[in-house]
Amino acid sequence: MKFIAEINIMPQKALLDPQGKAVTGSMKNIGLPGITNVRIGKHITLEVDAATEADARQHVDDACKKLLANLIMETYDFTIHPSA
Amino acid sequence: MKVGVVIFPGSNCDQDAVYAFQNQFGCETLTLWHKDNDLQGCDLIFLPGGFSYGDYLRSGAIARFSPIMQHVIEFASKGGVVFGVCNGFQILCESHLLPGALLHNAHQKFNCKNVFISAQTSNSAITSTIIPGTALKIPIAHGEGKYYCDDPTLASLKANDQILFRYCDEQGNITDEANPNGSLENIAGICNEKRNVFGMMPHPERAVDADLYNTDGRLLFESLLSMAVSR
Repeated sequence: MKFIAEINIMPQKALLDPQGKAVTGSMKNIGLPGITNVRIGKHITLEVDAATEADARQHVDDACKKLLANLIMETYDFTIHPSA
Repeated sequence: MKVGVVIFPGSNCDQDAVYAFQNQFGCETLTLWHKDNDLQGCDLIFLPGGFSYGDYLRSGAIARFSPIMQHVIEFASKGGVVFGVCNGFQILCESHLLPGALLHNAHQKFNCKNVFISAQTSNSAITSTIIPGTALKIPIAHGEGKYYCDDPTLASLKANDQILFRYCDEQGNITDEANPNGSLENIAGICNEKRNVFGMMPHPERAVDADLYNTDGRLLFESLLSMAVSR
């Protein structure tokens, strides 16, 4: 069975996110000073072939831990659903 | 000493390293392709700078899983000497051969200039003949060189004397102004606990030829090669 995973990878909260900081600064320039604390991460989608949703979830978790995220500097979460 | 310089797709400092080891220091030097499955009996593996795999995902993240790296990791675990510069340092951190990670520079800019670093210990193969605290002029060229690790890791780096280089000013003072990328406590280079894996962001291999008016990098190579002789 095929599943689709939607993964979010974010810089750890304790770390400075220079991209997010630069974008936060530009919010004033576009007249939206009420927007603060922009943080920028990555959104990854992928397809997984697996027998069950639990298996698919395990594969995605392995991919995140081994390659997609570096847990020293990032956190991740994901959702999973059957491919239409 | 037989030196192997690994080339990944996107490496761009590999020939600088070959030139340094071979032409400047007379070492037998060969290049190892990332798809190779054999370290060809090399005594030292050098991971050069560049943008392996286009720096996709994170710097060094994909290179870490290339075929040659499985052999490099095994070689290091048996005590083999591995030295990574710039992208090579990033790959070593992604491989967990060295602790910590290299983040985007605090100011988000790519930095390409000469900086000063000082050795923090002479208890390592690449600093054994360098007087700690002396400012060395070495070039940097990176966008993701901000060294980071958590507090317990930093404490163990200090306890085990693993911090090899810190960014400093021309007089050797370790100041915030001399820190070119926001690295934690000005850290520019470290080694592992067993002291056989070395990583640093500055490029000593670009500072070995008198024709380029900067030879401070020679000190690291001389340290490394004197170790090989004394072995």
